[in-house]
Amino acid sequence: MDVAHYMGVPLGLCMAPLLLGIINRTKAFFAGRNGSPLFQAYYDIWKLLRKDAVYSRTTTWIFRSAPVVGLGSVMIAMILVPVAGSSLFAFTGDLIFFAYCLGLMRFATVIAALDTGSSFEGMGASREVHFSTLAEPALLLGLAALAKLSGSFSLTGMFGGLSGSDWLASGPAIALIAFAVFVVFLAENARIPVDDPNTHLELTMIHEVMILDYSGPDLGIVLYAAALKLWVLGALIVNILICAADLSGFSGLIVFAGGMFILAVLVGIVESIMARLSLLKVPQLLVGAGAMSVLALILVMRFTS
Amino acid sequence: MNLLLSAFIIFVGGSFLSLGLVKYPRVLRVVGPGSVVIGSVLGIQPVLSSLILGTCDFLQMPWQIPMGSMSIGIDPLSAIFAIAILFVSPLAAVFGAGYLKSFEDTHDLGKSWFFFNLLVASMLLVVLARNALLFLIAWEVMSLASFFLVVFEHERDSVRRAGWIYFIATHIGTAFLLVMFLLLGRHAGSLEFSTFFNCGLSSHLVSVVFVFAVIGFGTKAGFMPFHVWLPEAHPAAPSHVSALMSGVMIKTGIYGLLRTLTFLGCPPAWWGWTIIIIGVVSGICGVLFALAQHDIKRLLAYHSVENIGIIALGLGVGLLGVSHGNAVVAFLGFAGGLLHVVNHAVFKSLLFLGAGSVLHSAGTREIDHLGGLIKKMPLTATAFLIGSAAICGLPPLNGFVSEFFIYVGAFEGMSRDGLSSGAAIGGILAITALALIGGLAVACFTKAFGIVFLGEPRSKHCEHAHESCMSMRIPMVLLSLACVAMGLWGFFAFGVMSNVTSVLTSGLTFDPATCGLITPYQDVLLSVTLFALALIVVIGSLIFLRSWLMSGRIQQSAVTWDCGYLAPNSRMQYTASSFAQPITKFFRTFLQTKRYVSPPEGFFPKTASFSSETDDFYGEQVYKPTFNALESWLSRFRQIQHGQLNLYIMYIIIALVVLFVWKLR
Repeated sequence: MDVAHYMGVPLGLCMAPLLLGIINRTKAFFAGRNGSPLFQAYYDIWKLLRKDAVYSRTTTWIFRSAPVVGLGSVMIAMILVPVAGSSLFAFTGDLIFFAYCLGLMRFATVIAALDTGSSFEGMGASREVHFSTLAEPALLLGLAALAKLSGSFSLTGMFGGLSGSDWLASGPAIALIAFAVFVVFLAENARIPVDDPNTHLELTMIHEVMILDYSGPDLGIVLYAAALKLWVLGALIVNILICAADLSGFSGLIVFAGGMFILAVLVGIVESIMARLSLLKVPQLLVGAGAMSVLALILVMRFTS
Repeated sequence: MNLLLSAFIIFVGGSFLSLGLVKYPRVLRVVGPGSVVIGSVLGIQPVLSSLILGTCDFLQMPWQIPMGSMSIGIDPLSAIFAIAILFVSPLAAVFGAGYLKSFEDTHDLGKSWFFFNLLVASMLLVVLARNALLFLIAWEVMSLASFFLVVFEHERDSVRRAGWIYFIATHIGTAFLLVMFLLLGRHAGSLEFSTFFNCGLSSHLVSVVFVFAVIGFGTKAGFMPFHVWLPEAHPAAPSHVSALMSGVMIKTGIYGLLRTLTFLGCPPAWWGWTIIIIGVVSGICGVLFALAQHDIKRLLAYHSVENIGIIALGLGVGLLGVSHGNAVVAFLGFAGGLLHVVNHAVFKSLLFLGAGSVLHSAGTREIDHLGGLIKKMPLTATAFLIGSAAICGLPPLNGFVSEFFIYVGAFEGMSRDGLSSGAAIGGILAITALALIGGLAVACFTKAFGIVFLGEPRSKHCEHAHESCMSMRIPMVLLSLACVAMGLWGFFAFGVMSNVTSVLTSGLTFDPATCGLITPYQDVLLSVTLFALALIVVIGSLIFLRSWLMSGRIQQSAVTWDCGYLAPNSRMQYTASSFAQPITKFFRTFLQTKRYVSPPEGFFPKTASFSSETDDFYGEQVYKPTFNALESWLSRFRQIQHGQLNLYIMYIIIALVVLFVWKLR
């Protein structure tokens, strides 16, 4: 029980927007541009928090409170995610609480989008609920497979219970889970190939169109909450991959942060070399991720006792 | 026990008093709901004490009916259902007092309150009865009283049709129950429940009893495919009645099934499997059909099917735990299922009351005709929002706690055994189904809440909308508070649920409540409570922080940004149908939505239209052909129906003579 144990949440709260900077720099590198500064997301959030706001006449308190509800729930989810093998708090079944906190965030965002009465935002909301319906079983089944493998039903116990020997014994299953969670991570955070975070006024978007009417501090909160969501879901993948190293303390913290940055680079590479999938193909991708989770679960149950 | 009896007497007395007060609508307005409230307040104390202390009480009185006896009793299993009855009924009654005011001139409210009181009394008797004959009588009175409440607006064709479907469905269910109890009674030599346990049925007769119980009680509970009456009857009934029927009455089916299971001893694994598969089918298909509906009350009715599916998932996991001798899985499954019974009673009645409030003020149940009601009905909207978030199982509200129990139970079932034993696959099925249901429920209730209450009004119906009267608002406020409070009581629920589950496993070799294996979960539930509190605190302080940040800022208002288009109108908004379209299209194999399209044609199209309709698959493809065939076959017997009284008397005499001869033979 050292200082590093308490550092997971502050680390996430501070570093999450940096992931956006790394993704953008990677994309700029592939496109042969210089790109925006690494800390651009921080500048944006700071700038927005100091601005005035414009609200649609149609909107009500639902629209105004949704960003805060989303931020609050993703912060609570962050407490449960282990960093370098330990989290502030863990209990049996906390991964359910984790998944449903993100569900609460989605619920708030979707009804806020419907609050504006805009057809664009309705469209984004409709797509969001459709895709997340398919992403949720993929995530929970993948985590259930991990839980079965490690014999624990809390996020900390799951990642703490995995070791290098598990990778040797059931490497394919863990790789399948990591891939399935990666697909869910891309879909839930509105990244390519599911959604394109760069287009703001196209009919192709999901997350960006839902927040079209936000301005000022509210938009800042929305951006920050989205960065935190990127961090917490990314942390699951990094935890799966670095659990083999069995690190703890400050060295674990540093390896974890390094892992998050490599993940951000990976997202940048995916966004640079892939086009966004056609909307009709996205469900196939997500169902495919679900199938991988199921396959991993079958492998885990069949080949471990 | 005395308090419960006096509650029962007040319900019955109130019902007959209401019948006599038809001429005095002002008195009736107080007496009708008043007796429900007083009775419930009286009855709640013994029920609570049984639930918390785990005490049982029993009372037997002689009765003049052969094989019958006036045996009533209360134990924690009865109490958990009775608490739902005694909490929701008075609130629905108070709501009804306001809701029925506009019907005072056109309808006979005396009868309505008569049957309402009778329904509450009979539901209470169903969960208290300890004799099969008394149980069946209470069950039949409950069915008939609710039938008459459903056909309240009997001048409308659709209502009569819905009532008729309900009437037939419920009696087919009762027929199975009659046979089931006769089987049990024949072997036990008495119709007392206490003699039923291990009464020497052979193993396949036990299975027959189980199947009959699933069909008979499942028809009342709304297990798919016996659910067809729910989406018909709930929209037809007045809203406070739908709240009571959907929130509480259908749960008596679950109660009956569980009570029967306590007679049958250790369940074989396939019982758990049957219930889990029923849960998966009801849960997923229920929410899918709900998503495809345009009528808000029909949507809520299908959602009851979904929630009954979640309850069945919990009970199925529990049964698998019992048959594999795993106390932890048994406890978590049963506890989750039963806790969901109470939670569903609270948020589903809240949602039906909210829908009733909307129907009352806007005059339509069509979701696509509504919109923007949050500005005119802020309280109804907030209550509906809380109910929606609770039914989606989102923390910190009550739906989450029970789904959490079932998830953890399913996981324990999955991890304690290898693939070779079925519990593992049962657990995986339950987790998959719950995850999928959770996602679809969010889609369904963001649609229901978002389209009805948010955005701009979509039709003229919303112009005259107004907030409902006080007696309609108070029940909604209380139920919303209960949703929040019960989201935080997971820690306390642990003790209560271990009392209840020990009734279910009392005849078995192990008792989860005493074997000590489940105590670690008390801390788990404490953590859930703490995290739910933390969620509220964090969001609360962030709201505070935001308002501090916004103070002194200029807040302008403008028209919704529609990408440069400056004259948006309400018809351009997304509708409920368009919101749900991607999902209904994805699952079209199950839903078989009919689409009627007349596309715009030519260079200057003038008219175009689109409408869609999702009929119930089982109703259209299974029951309709079956009943049509049955009717055409039975119509042959019309020849002996002449409508002449003397002929009928002759039939009776012939039947009596035949019976007499058969007996003397």
